[in-house]
Amino acid sequence: MLAMVYRGPYKVRAEEKYMPTIEHPNDAIVRVTLAAICGSDLHLYHGMMPDTRVGMTFGHEFIGVVDEVGSSVQNLKRGDRVMVPFNIYCGSCYFCARGLYSNCHNVNANATAVGGIYGYSHTCGGYDGGQAEYVRVPFADVGPSIIPDWMEDDDAVLCTDALATGYFGAQLGDIVEGDTVVVFGAGPVGLFAAKSAWLMGAGRVIVVDHLDYRLEKAHDFAHAQTYNFTEYDDIVVHLKRVTDYLGADVVIDAVGAEADGNFTQQVTAAKLKLQGGSPVALNWAIDSVRKGGTVSVVGAYGPIFSAVKFGDAMNKGLTLRMNQCPVKRQWPRLFEHIQNGYLKPSEVVTHRVPLEHIAEGYHMFSSKLDKCIKTLVVPSAE
Amino acid sequence: MPYTADKPKISFSTDELRAKIPGWGVDLDPRDRPSVPRERFEPTGAHWDFPERQEEKWPRERSVEHKFLTPVFGTACPPKGVSGAMRKYAYGYSEGRAAHWLILLAADRVDAVENHLRSFATLHPDNPITETGVLSELTRHGIRSRFGHNRADLKHMWLDPIIVAGPWVVAAGAACAAVKRVRKRRHD
Repeated sequence: MLAMVYRGPYKVRAEEKYMPTIEHPNDAIVRVTLAAICGSDLHLYHGMMPDTRVGMTFGHEFIGVVDEVGSSVQNLKRGDRVMVPFNIYCGSCYFCARGLYSNCHNVNANATAVGGIYGYSHTCGGYDGGQAEYVRVPFADVGPSIIPDWMEDDDAVLCTDALATGYFGAQLGDIVEGDTVVVFGAGPVGLFAAKSAWLMGAGRVIVVDHLDYRLEKAHDFAHAQTYNFTEYDDIVVHLKRVTDYLGADVVIDAVGAEADGNFTQQVTAAKLKLQGGSPVALNWAIDSVRKGGTVSVVGAYGPIFSAVKFGDAMNKGLTLRMNQCPVKRQWPRLFEHIQNGYLKPSEVVTHRVPLEHIAEGYHMFSSKLDKCIKTLVVPSAE
Repeated sequence: MPYTADKPKISFSTDELRAKIPGWGVDLDPRDRPSVPRERFEPTGAHWDFPERQEEKWPRERSVEHKFLTPVFGTACPPKGVSGAMRKYAYGYSEGRAAHWLILLAADRVDAVENHLRSFATLHPDNPITETGVLSELTRHGIRSRFGHNRADLKHMWLDPIIVAGPWVVAAGAACAAVKRVRKRRHD
Protein backbone atom coordinates (compact mmCIF):
# COMPACT_ATOMS: atom_id res chain seq x y z
CA MET A 1 0.00 0.00 0.00
CA LEU A 2 1.01 3.63 -0.39
CA ALA A 3 1.80 5.50 2.80
CA MET A 4 3.37 8.72 3.98
CA VAL A 5 6.75 7.92 5.50
CA TYR A 6 8.97 10.12 7.68
CA ARG A 7 12.57 10.31 6.44
CA GLY A 8 14.07 12.67 9.04
CA PRO A 9 13.47 16.31 10.02
CA TYR A 10 11.70 18.27 7.25
CA LYS A 11 11.62 15.22 4.97
CA VAL A 12 8.71 12.93 4.15
CA ARG A 13 7.71 10.91 1.12
CA ALA A 14 4.99 8.60 -0.11
CA GLU A 15 6.24 5.06 -0.57
CA GLU A 16 5.04 1.50 -0.83
CA LYS A 17 4.82 -0.05 2.61
CA TYR A 18 3.63 -3.37 4.05
CA MET A 19 -0.12 -3.70 4.59
CA PRO A 20 -1.14 -3.46 8.25
CA THR A 21 -2.43 -6.69 9.75
CA ILE A 22 -4.71 -7.71 12.59
CA GLU A 23 -2.40 -7.95 15.61
CA HIS A 24 -5.01 -8.20 18.35
CA PRO A 25 -8.50 -9.75 18.32
CA ASN A 26 -10.13 -6.33 18.73
CA ASP A 27 -8.20 -4.69 15.89
CA ALA A 28 -9.75 -3.50 12.65
CA ILE A 29 -8.04 -2.58 9.41
CA VAL A 30 -9.52 0.58 7.94
CA ARG A 31 -9.14 1.68 4.33
CA VAL A 32 -8.52 5.40 4.66
CA THR A 33 -10.73 7.58 2.48
CA LEU A 34 -9.66 10.97 3.83
CA ALA A 35 -6.96 12.16 6.21
CA ALA A 36 -5.63 15.51 7.36
CA ILE A 37 -2.35 17.09 8.35
CA CYS A 38 -2.59 18.52 11.85
CA GLY A 39 -0.56 21.42 13.21
CA SER A 40 0.85 19.02 15.78
CA ASP A 41 2.13 16.78 12.95
CA LEU A 42 4.54 19.62 12.27
CA HIS A 43 6.25 19.01 15.63
CA LEU A 44 7.06 15.51 14.38
CA TYR A 45 7.97 16.77 10.92
CA HIS A 46 10.44 19.21 12.45
CA GLY A 47 12.00 16.48 14.60
CA MET A 48 10.88 17.92 17.94
CA MET A 49 9.13 14.91 19.45
CA PRO A 50 11.52 12.39 21.01
CA ASP A 51 11.48 8.86 19.54
CA THR A 52 10.09 9.79 16.15
CA ARG A 53 11.51 7.03 13.99
CA VAL A 54 12.41 7.12 10.33
CA GLY A 55 9.92 4.94 8.48
CA MET A 56 6.94 5.93 10.62
CA THR A 57 3.64 6.95 9.02
CA PHE A 58 2.05 10.03 10.58
CA GLY A 59 -1.61 10.96 10.63
CA HIS A 60 -4.03 11.01 13.55
CA GLU A 61 -6.95 12.63 11.74
CA PHE A 62 -8.62 10.22 9.35
CA ILE A 63 -11.83 8.53 8.32
CA GLY A 64 -12.35 5.45 6.19
CA VAL A 65 -14.14 2.21 5.51
CA VAL A 66 -13.67 -0.94 7.58
CA ASP A 67 -11.76 -3.47 5.51
CA GLU A 68 -11.22 -6.25 8.03
CA VAL A 69 -12.07 -6.91 11.69
CA GLY A 70 -10.48 -9.09 14.35
CA SER A 71 -12.21 -12.07 15.93
CA SER A 72 -13.57 -10.24 18.99
CA VAL A 73 -14.94 -7.15 17.23
CA GLN A 74 -18.71 -6.84 17.82
CA ASN A 75 -19.63 -3.27 16.92
CA LEU A 76 -18.17 -2.89 13.42
CA LYS A 77 -18.24 -4.91 10.23
CA ARG A 78 -16.51 -4.80 6.88
CA GLY A 79 -17.87 -1.94 4.76
CA ASP A 80 -18.82 0.38 7.65
CA ARG A 81 -17.93 4.05 7.03
CA VAL A 82 -16.13 5.12 10.19
CA MET A 83 -14.52 8.11 11.83
CA VAL A 84 -11.64 7.35 14.17
CA PRO A 85 -10.73 9.60 17.11
CA PHE A 86 -7.04 10.42 17.35
CA ASN A 87 -6.90 8.73 20.76
CA ILE A 88 -6.17 5.03 20.90
CA TYR A 89 -7.78 3.74 24.09
CA CYS A 90 -8.91 0.49 25.67
CA GLY A 91 -12.17 1.67 27.25
CA SER A 92 -11.58 -0.29 30.46
CA CYS A 93 -8.53 0.99 32.38
CA TYR A 94 -8.67 3.28 35.43
CA PHE A 95 -8.56 6.37 33.23
CA CYS A 96 -10.94 5.24 30.48
CA ALA A 97 -13.46 4.26 33.18
CA ARG A 98 -13.45 7.93 34.20
CA GLY A 99 -13.79 9.33 30.70
CA LEU A 100 -10.12 10.27 30.36
CA TYR A 101 -9.71 8.45 27.05
CA SER A 102 -6.67 10.46 26.05
CA ASN A 103 -4.88 9.19 29.15
CA CYS A 104 -5.47 5.47 28.59
CA HIS A 105 -2.93 3.28 30.43
CA ASN A 106 -3.23 0.14 28.33
CA VAL A 107 -2.08 1.28 24.90
CA ASN A 108 1.22 3.11 25.24
CA ALA A 109 4.10 0.88 26.29
CA ASN A 110 6.63 3.65 25.73
CA ALA A 111 5.32 6.24 28.16
CA THR A 112 2.93 6.59 31.05
CA ALA A 113 2.66 10.37 30.74
CA VAL A 114 0.64 10.25 27.54
CA GLY A 115 -1.90 7.87 26.05
CA GLY A 116 -1.85 6.34 22.58
CA ILE A 117 -2.08 8.46 19.44
CA TYR A 118 -2.06 7.28 15.83
CA GLY A 119 1.11 8.15 13.95
CA TYR A 120 2.54 10.32 16.67
CA SER A 121 5.98 8.88 17.49
CA HIS A 122 6.86 6.04 19.82
CA THR A 123 6.47 8.43 22.72
CA CYS A 124 2.75 8.11 21.95
CA GLY A 125 2.83 4.37 21.49
CA GLY A 126 4.55 3.59 18.19
CA TYR A 127 1.42 3.17 16.07
CA ASP A 128 1.46 3.97 12.37
CA GLY A 129 -1.02 6.65 11.40
CA GLY A 130 -3.69 7.31 8.83
CA GLN A 131 -1.86 9.25 6.12
CA ALA A 132 -1.86 5.99 4.22
CA GLU A 133 -4.17 3.82 2.22
CA TYR A 134 -4.76 1.46 5.16
CA VAL A 135 -4.29 1.69 8.91
CA ARG A 136 -4.51 -0.63 11.88
CA VAL A 137 -7.16 0.56 14.35
CA PRO A 138 -6.78 -1.04 17.81
CA PHE A 139 -9.84 -1.45 20.05
CA ALA A 140 -12.26 -1.22 17.17
CA ASP A 141 -15.22 -1.69 19.52
CA VAL A 142 -14.19 1.37 21.54
CA GLY A 143 -12.69 4.16 19.42
CA PRO A 144 -14.26 4.33 15.96
CA SER A 145 -17.86 5.34 15.30
CA ILE A 146 -20.00 4.89 12.23
CA ILE A 147 -20.29 8.24 10.46
CA PRO A 148 -23.90 9.45 10.45
CA ASP A 149 -25.41 9.35 6.95
CA TRP A 150 -26.04 13.10 6.96
CA MET A 151 -22.43 13.99 7.73
CA GLU A 152 -20.03 14.94 4.94
CA ASP A 153 -16.54 13.47 4.83
CA ASP A 154 -14.78 16.82 5.27
CA ASP A 155 -16.78 17.54 8.42
CA ALA A 156 -16.25 14.02 9.76
CA VAL A 157 -12.46 14.09 9.39
CA LEU A 158 -12.30 17.38 11.29
CA CYS A 159 -14.30 15.85 14.13
CA THR A 160 -11.50 13.33 14.73
CA ASP A 161 -9.27 16.00 16.28
CA ALA A 162 -9.29 19.69 15.36
CA LEU A 163 -12.95 20.48 16.04
CA ALA A 164 -13.17 18.28 19.11
CA THR A 165 -9.94 19.73 20.52
CA GLY A 166 -11.02 23.33 19.98
CA TYR A 167 -14.40 22.63 21.60
CA PHE A 168 -12.66 20.85 24.47
CA GLY A 169 -10.28 23.78 24.92
CA ALA A 170 -13.20 26.15 25.39
CA GLN A 171 -14.70 23.80 27.96
CA LEU A 172 -11.44 23.72 29.90
CA GLY A 173 -11.80 27.48 30.24
CA ASP A 174 -14.93 27.08 32.38
CA ILE A 175 -16.43 30.04 30.54
CA VAL A 176 -19.35 31.81 32.20
CA GLU A 177 -21.76 34.26 30.58
CA GLY A 178 -20.11 37.50 29.52
CA ASP A 179 -16.51 36.32 29.90
CA THR A 180 -13.76 37.82 27.81
CA VAL A 181 -11.92 34.95 26.11
CA VAL A 182 -8.58 35.33 24.36
CA VAL A 183 -7.41 32.58 22.01
CA PHE A 184 -3.75 32.44 21.02
CA GLY A 185 -3.42 30.82 17.59
CA ALA A 186 -5.72 31.13 14.58
CA GLY A 187 -5.06 27.68 13.20
CA PRO A 188 -7.95 25.19 12.96
CA VAL A 189 -7.97 24.39 16.69
CA GLY A 190 -7.85 28.06 17.65
CA LEU A 191 -10.63 28.91 15.20
CA PHE A 192 -12.82 26.16 16.62
CA ALA A 193 -11.98 27.17 20.20
CA ALA A 194 -13.01 30.75 19.42
CA LYS A 195 -16.23 29.63 17.82
CA SER A 196 -16.96 27.28 20.74
CA ALA A 197 -16.38 30.05 23.29
CA TRP A 198 -19.46 31.82 21.93
CA LEU A 199 -21.53 28.64 22.33
CA MET A 200 -20.55 28.67 26.01
CA GLY A 201 -21.72 32.23 26.46
CA ALA A 202 -18.60 34.34 26.05
CA GLY A 203 -19.27 38.06 25.85
CA ARG A 204 -16.16 38.86 23.89
CA VAL A 205 -13.74 36.66 21.91
CA ILE A 206 -10.31 37.86 20.86
CA VAL A 207 -7.92 35.88 18.62
CA VAL A 208 -4.18 36.62 18.42
CA ASP A 209 -1.81 35.37 15.70
CA HIS A 210 0.85 36.75 13.36
CA LEU A 211 -0.67 35.61 10.06
CA ASP A 212 -3.11 38.15 8.68
CA TYR A 213 -4.95 35.69 6.47
CA ARG A 214 -5.69 33.48 9.47
CA LEU A 215 -6.85 36.46 11.50
CA GLU A 216 -9.21 37.38 8.67
CA LYS A 217 -10.60 33.85 8.94
CA ALA A 218 -10.96 34.25 12.71
CA HIS A 219 -12.94 37.43 12.13
CA ASP A 220 -15.19 36.00 9.43
CA PHE A 221 -15.59 32.42 10.67
CA ALA A 222 -15.46 32.90 14.44
CA HIS A 223 -16.80 36.47 14.76
CA ALA A 224 -13.69 37.34 16.76
CA GLN A 225 -11.83 40.56 17.38
CA THR A 226 -8.33 39.98 16.08
CA TYR A 227 -4.86 41.28 16.82
CA ASN A 228 -1.63 40.59 14.94
CA PHE A 229 1.00 40.47 17.67
CA THR A 230 3.73 41.69 15.31
CA GLU A 231 1.97 45.06 15.18
CA TYR A 232 2.39 45.67 18.89
CA ASP A 233 5.47 46.30 20.92
CA ASP A 234 4.07 44.07 23.67
CA ILE A 235 0.93 42.05 23.00
CA VAL A 236 0.37 41.42 26.72
CA VAL A 237 0.20 45.14 27.46
CA HIS A 238 -2.10 45.60 24.48
CA LEU A 239 -4.46 42.90 25.74
CA LYS A 240 -4.46 44.53 29.16
CA ARG A 241 -5.29 47.85 27.54
CA VAL A 242 -8.23 46.47 25.55
CA THR A 243 -9.62 44.72 28.63
CA ASP A 244 -9.50 47.92 30.67
CA TYR A 245 -6.33 46.68 32.39
CA LEU A 246 -8.14 43.73 34.01
CA GLY A 247 -6.92 40.98 31.66
CA ALA A 248 -9.02 38.30 30.03
CA ASP A 249 -11.14 35.97 32.12
CA VAL A 250 -10.05 32.97 30.09
CA VAL A 251 -7.09 32.47 27.77
CA ILE A 252 -6.75 29.46 25.50
CA ASP A 253 -3.33 28.40 24.18
CA ALA A 254 -4.06 26.83 20.80
CA VAL A 255 -0.50 27.22 19.54
CA GLY A 256 1.76 24.81 21.38
CA ALA A 257 5.36 23.88 20.84
CA GLU A 258 6.35 26.06 17.89
CA ALA A 259 5.03 29.41 19.04
CA ASP A 260 6.55 32.46 17.42
CA GLY A 261 7.06 35.86 18.97
CA ASN A 262 10.38 35.35 20.72
CA PHE A 263 13.42 34.45 18.63
CA THR A 264 15.37 32.81 21.46
CA GLN A 265 12.46 30.66 22.60
CA GLN A 266 11.63 29.63 19.04
CA VAL A 267 15.19 28.71 18.08
CA THR A 268 16.04 26.89 21.31
CA ALA A 269 12.82 24.86 21.08
CA ALA A 270 11.89 24.31 17.44
CA LYS A 271 15.34 24.47 15.86
CA LEU A 272 17.79 23.26 18.50
CA LYS A 273 15.28 21.00 20.36
CA LEU A 274 16.62 22.15 23.74
CA GLN A 275 13.10 22.68 25.09
CA GLY A 276 9.95 20.61 24.88
CA GLY A 277 8.37 23.53 23.12
CA SER A 278 8.56 27.27 22.68
CA PRO A 279 6.33 28.51 25.51
CA VAL A 280 5.82 32.00 24.07
CA ALA A 281 2.05 31.66 23.68
CA LEU A 282 1.73 29.94 27.04
CA ASN A 283 3.69 32.69 28.78
CA TRP A 284 1.62 35.33 27.04
CA ALA A 285 -1.49 33.46 28.19
CA ILE A 286 -0.28 33.45 31.79
CA ASP A 287 0.55 37.14 31.64
CA SER A 288 -2.57 38.34 29.83
CA VAL A 289 -5.22 36.46 31.80
CA ARG A 290 -6.61 38.26 34.81
CA LYS A 291 -5.68 37.28 38.34
CA GLY A 292 -7.79 34.31 39.37
CA GLY A 293 -8.50 33.56 35.71
CA THR A 294 -8.18 30.33 33.79
CA VAL A 295 -5.61 29.30 31.21
CA SER A 296 -6.64 26.41 28.99
CA VAL A 297 -3.87 24.63 27.10
CA VAL A 298 -4.70 22.48 24.09
CA GLY A 299 -1.59 23.29 22.07
CA ALA A 300 0.77 20.30 22.06
CA TYR A 301 4.15 20.38 23.80
CA GLY A 302 6.94 17.82 23.93
CA PRO A 303 7.81 15.92 27.10
CA ILE A 304 11.03 17.70 28.03
CA PHE A 305 11.21 20.90 30.04
CA SER A 306 10.11 24.28 28.73
CA ALA A 307 10.82 27.74 30.15
CA VAL A 308 7.33 28.44 31.45
CA LYS A 309 6.70 31.44 33.73
CA PHE A 310 5.28 29.39 36.51
CA GLY A 311 5.85 32.00 39.20
CA ASP A 312 3.45 34.40 37.52
CA ALA A 313 0.84 31.65 37.32
CA MET A 314 1.21 30.94 41.01
CA ASN A 315 1.23 34.56 42.14
CA LYS A 316 -1.83 35.37 40.04
CA GLY A 317 -3.76 32.44 41.46
CA LEU A 318 -4.47 31.04 38.05
CA THR A 319 -6.27 27.84 37.22
CA LEU A 320 -4.27 25.98 34.58
CA ARG A 321 -6.27 23.33 32.77
CA MET A 322 -5.04 21.12 29.97
CA ASN A 323 -5.14 17.71 28.40
CA GLN A 324 -5.21 15.95 25.09
CA CYS A 325 -8.85 15.93 24.10
CA PRO A 326 -10.91 12.81 24.85
CA VAL A 327 -12.44 13.07 21.39
CA LYS A 328 -15.32 10.63 21.47
CA ARG A 329 -16.84 12.27 24.56
CA GLN A 330 -17.34 15.40 22.48
CA TRP A 331 -19.02 13.79 19.50
CA PRO A 332 -22.71 13.53 20.48
CA ARG A 333 -22.92 17.21 21.40
CA LEU A 334 -20.76 18.30 18.44
CA PHE A 335 -22.98 16.33 16.07
CA GLU A 336 -25.97 18.29 17.42
CA HIS A 337 -24.15 21.57 16.85
CA ILE A 338 -23.22 20.60 13.29
CA GLN A 339 -26.78 19.49 12.52
CA ASN A 340 -28.16 22.73 13.96
CA GLY A 341 -25.80 24.74 11.80
CA TYR A 342 -23.86 26.25 14.72
CA LEU A 343 -20.62 24.68 13.55
CA LYS A 344 -19.46 23.89 10.03
CA PRO A 345 -16.00 22.39 10.47
CA SER A 346 -15.16 22.03 6.78
CA GLU A 347 -15.13 25.83 6.42
CA VAL A 348 -11.51 25.84 7.63
CA VAL A 349 -10.32 23.48 4.87
CA THR A 350 -8.18 25.35 2.37
CA HIS A 351 -6.27 22.64 0.51
CA ARG A 352 -6.39 18.98 -0.39
CA VAL A 353 -3.41 17.04 -1.70
CA PRO A 354 -3.17 13.51 -3.05
CA LEU A 355 -1.15 11.17 -0.85
CA GLU A 356 1.45 10.92 -3.62
CA HIS A 357 2.21 14.62 -3.09
CA ILE A 358 2.45 14.46 0.68
CA ALA A 359 5.86 16.18 0.80
CA GLU A 360 4.45 19.27 -0.91
CA GLY A 361 1.50 19.20 1.49
CA TYR A 362 3.78 19.23 4.53
CA HIS A 363 6.04 21.94 3.16
CA MET A 364 3.11 24.16 2.24
CA PHE A 365 1.47 23.73 5.65
CA SER A 366 4.72 24.09 7.58
CA SER A 367 5.76 27.22 5.68
CA LYS A 368 2.22 28.67 5.68
CA LEU A 369 2.21 29.10 1.91
CA ASP A 370 -0.81 29.87 -0.23
CA LYS A 371 -2.92 31.00 2.77
CA CYS A 372 -2.97 27.44 4.04
CA ILE A 373 -5.08 26.74 7.12
CA LYS A 374 -6.09 23.09 6.85
CA THR A 375 -4.82 20.51 4.40
CA LEU A 376 -6.66 17.29 3.69
CA VAL A 377 -4.85 14.25 2.30
CA VAL A 378 -6.62 12.06 -0.22
CA PRO A 379 -5.43 8.45 -0.57
CA SER A 380 -6.33 6.65 -3.76
CA ALA A 381 -6.93 3.02 -2.71
CA GLU A 382 -10.28 1.55 -3.77
CA MET B 1 -11.34 48.48 35.62
CA PRO B 2 -9.63 46.25 38.17
CA TYR B 3 -9.25 49.16 40.58
CA THR B 4 -12.97 49.01 41.39
CA ALA B 5 -15.30 46.07 41.97
CA ASP B 6 -17.34 46.10 38.76
CA LYS B 7 -16.62 43.78 35.86
CA PRO B 8 -15.94 45.75 32.64
CA LYS B 9 -19.02 46.04 30.45
CA ILE B 10 -19.03 44.19 27.14
CA SER B 11 -20.06 45.87 23.92
CA PHE B 12 -23.07 43.71 23.14
CA SER B 13 -26.06 42.65 25.21
CA THR B 14 -27.03 39.00 25.51
CA ASP B 15 -29.85 39.50 23.02
CA GLU B 16 -27.53 41.16 20.54
CA LEU B 17 -25.00 38.33 20.86
CA ARG B 18 -27.73 35.73 20.39
CA ALA B 19 -28.87 37.49 17.23
CA LYS B 20 -25.37 37.96 15.87
CA ILE B 21 -23.73 34.60 16.69
CA PRO B 22 -25.46 31.38 15.60
CA GLY B 23 -25.76 29.15 18.64
CA TRP B 24 -24.60 31.74 21.15
CA GLY B 25 -25.03 30.37 24.66
CA VAL B 26 -26.38 26.92 23.76
CA ASP B 27 -23.70 25.41 26.02
CA LEU B 28 -24.02 28.07 28.69
CA ASP B 29 -25.17 25.47 31.19
CA PRO B 30 -22.13 23.37 32.18
CA ARG B 31 -24.39 20.31 32.21
CA ASP B 32 -24.54 20.60 28.41
CA ARG B 33 -20.75 20.46 28.13
CA PRO B 34 -19.55 16.92 27.44
CA SER B 35 -16.32 17.24 29.41
CA VAL B 36 -17.97 18.58 32.56
CA PRO B 37 -17.29 17.11 35.04
CA ARG B 38 -13.84 16.09 33.92
CA GLU B 39 -14.12 12.56 35.29
CA ARG B 40 -17.29 10.70 34.48
CA PHE B 41 -18.02 7.11 33.53
CA GLU B 42 -19.71 6.51 30.20
CA PRO B 43 -20.12 3.15 28.43
CA THR B 44 -17.19 2.76 26.05
CA GLY B 45 -17.99 -0.40 24.12
CA ALA B 46 -15.31 -2.37 25.96
CA HIS B 47 -16.45 -5.93 26.73
CA TRP B 48 -13.49 -6.89 28.90
CA ASP B 49 -12.15 -5.94 32.32
CA PHE B 50 -8.60 -6.23 31.08
CA PRO B 51 -7.90 -6.53 27.36
CA GLU B 52 -6.55 -9.70 25.82
CA ARG B 53 -2.80 -9.44 25.28
CA GLN B 54 -1.27 -8.73 21.88
CA GLU B 55 1.54 -11.11 20.93
CA GLU B 56 5.01 -9.68 21.63
CA LYS B 57 7.05 -10.59 18.54
CA TRP B 58 10.29 -8.99 19.72
CA PRO B 59 11.42 -7.66 23.10
CA ARG B 60 9.28 -4.54 23.03
CA GLU B 61 10.88 -1.51 24.67
CA ARG B 62 8.72 -0.01 27.41
CA SER B 63 8.75 2.68 30.04
CA VAL B 64 10.13 1.54 33.38
CA GLU B 65 7.18 3.35 34.91
CA HIS B 66 4.89 0.61 33.58
CA LYS B 67 4.42 -2.47 35.74
CA PHE B 68 4.37 -4.65 32.64
CA LEU B 69 4.12 -4.40 28.86
CA THR B 70 0.77 -2.87 27.97
CA PRO B 71 -1.72 -5.38 26.51
CA VAL B 72 -1.78 -3.51 23.21
CA PHE B 73 1.14 -1.62 21.68
CA GLY B 74 2.37 -0.20 18.41
CA THR B 75 4.57 -2.27 16.15
CA ALA B 76 5.89 0.36 13.76
CA CYS B 77 9.65 0.63 13.20
CA PRO B 78 11.25 -1.76 15.69
CA PRO B 79 14.57 -0.43 17.02
CA LYS B 80 17.63 -1.38 15.00
CA GLY B 81 21.20 -0.27 14.40
CA VAL B 82 23.04 2.22 16.57
CA SER B 83 19.91 4.32 17.03
CA GLY B 84 18.05 1.23 18.18
CA ALA B 85 20.72 0.49 20.78
CA MET B 86 20.53 4.08 22.00
CA ARG B 87 16.75 3.89 22.26
CA LYS B 88 16.86 0.65 24.24
CA TYR B 89 19.38 2.29 26.57
CA ALA B 90 17.17 5.38 26.95
CA TYR B 91 14.27 3.22 28.08
CA GLY B 92 16.36 2.25 31.10
CA TYR B 93 15.68 5.74 32.47
CA SER B 94 12.29 6.84 33.73
CA GLU B 95 10.24 9.50 31.94
CA GLY B 96 11.09 11.85 34.79
CA ARG B 97 14.78 11.87 33.86
CA ALA B 98 16.12 14.28 31.25
CA ALA B 99 18.52 11.55 30.13
CA HIS B 100 15.60 9.49 28.86
CA TRP B 101 14.37 12.18 26.50
CA LEU B 102 17.72 13.61 25.48
CA ILE B 103 19.09 10.19 24.51
CA LEU B 104 15.91 9.54 22.51
CA LEU B 105 16.32 12.87 20.71
CA ALA B 106 19.97 12.04 19.95
CA ALA B 107 18.89 8.60 18.71
CA ASP B 108 16.43 10.28 16.35
CA ARG B 109 19.27 12.22 14.72
CA VAL B 110 21.41 9.07 14.46
CA ASP B 111 18.42 7.19 13.03
CA ALA B 112 18.06 9.80 10.28
CA VAL B 113 21.73 9.50 9.30
CA GLU B 114 21.60 5.68 9.38
CA ASN B 115 18.54 5.60 7.17
CA HIS B 116 19.83 8.17 4.72
CA LEU B 117 23.02 6.17 4.26
CA ARG B 118 21.06 2.93 4.02
CA SER B 119 18.80 4.43 1.35
CA PHE B 120 21.78 4.94 -0.96
CA ALA B 121 22.10 1.16 -1.16
CA THR B 122 18.51 0.83 -2.40
CA LEU B 123 16.64 1.63 -5.61
CA HIS B 124 14.86 4.43 -3.74
CA PRO B 125 17.57 6.70 -2.31
CA ASP B 126 16.62 9.77 -0.33
CA ASN B 127 16.04 12.80 -2.51
CA PRO B 128 16.17 16.08 -0.58
CA ILE B 129 14.38 17.97 -3.36
CA THR B 130 11.28 15.79 -3.49
CA GLU B 131 11.23 14.83 0.20
CA THR B 132 11.37 18.38 1.53
CA GLY B 133 8.56 19.36 -0.85
CA VAL B 134 10.54 22.49 -1.60
CA LEU B 135 9.22 22.61 -5.17
CA SER B 136 5.88 23.72 -3.75
CA GLU B 137 7.61 27.07 -3.24
CA LEU B 138 7.09 27.53 -6.99
CA THR B 139 3.51 26.30 -7.19
CA ARG B 140 2.20 27.65 -3.88
CA HIS B 141 3.42 31.25 -4.07
CA GLY B 142 6.45 30.89 -1.83
CA ILE B 143 7.60 34.49 -2.20
CA ARG B 144 4.18 36.15 -2.23
CA SER B 145 3.10 34.14 0.83
CA ARG B 146 6.11 35.18 2.85
CA PHE B 147 6.98 38.75 2.11
CA GLY B 148 4.98 41.90 2.76
CA HIS B 149 2.89 40.36 5.53
CA ASN B 150 5.03 41.07 8.59
CA ARG B 151 5.23 37.35 9.42
CA ALA B 152 7.04 36.62 12.69
CA ASP B 153 8.48 33.34 11.42
CA LEU B 154 10.59 35.07 8.76
CA LYS B 155 13.07 35.89 11.50
CA HIS B 156 14.10 32.26 11.87
CA MET B 157 12.97 30.60 8.64
CA TRP B 158 16.43 31.09 7.14
CA LEU B 159 17.68 28.50 9.62
CA ASP B 160 15.58 25.72 8.10
CA PRO B 161 17.78 25.04 5.02
CA ILE B 162 20.82 25.03 7.29
CA ILE B 163 19.20 22.47 9.57
CA VAL B 164 18.21 20.28 6.63
CA ALA B 165 21.29 20.61 4.42
CA GLY B 166 23.97 21.64 6.92
CA PRO B 167 24.90 18.18 8.20
CA TRP B 168 25.15 16.89 4.62
CA VAL B 169 27.36 19.77 3.52
CA VAL B 170 29.63 19.19 6.53
CA ALA B 171 29.72 15.44 5.83
CA ALA B 172 30.48 16.00 2.15
CA GLY B 173 33.27 18.43 3.07
CA ALA B 174 34.75 15.92 5.50
CA ALA B 175 34.57 13.17 2.87
CA CYS B 176 36.32 15.38 0.30
CA ALA B 177 39.02 16.27 2.80
CA ALA B 178 39.54 12.59 3.63
CA VAL B 179 39.83 11.64 -0.05
CA LYS B 180 42.31 14.46 -0.65
CA ARG B 181 44.41 13.35 2.30
CA VAL B 182 44.48 9.72 1.08
CA ARG B 183 45.45 10.83 -2.43
CA LYS B 184 48.18 13.06 -1.08
CA ARG B 185 49.61 10.22 1.03
CA ARG B 186 49.66 7.91 -2.01
CA HIS B 187 51.26 10.63 -4.09
CA ASP B 188 53.94 11.19 -1.50
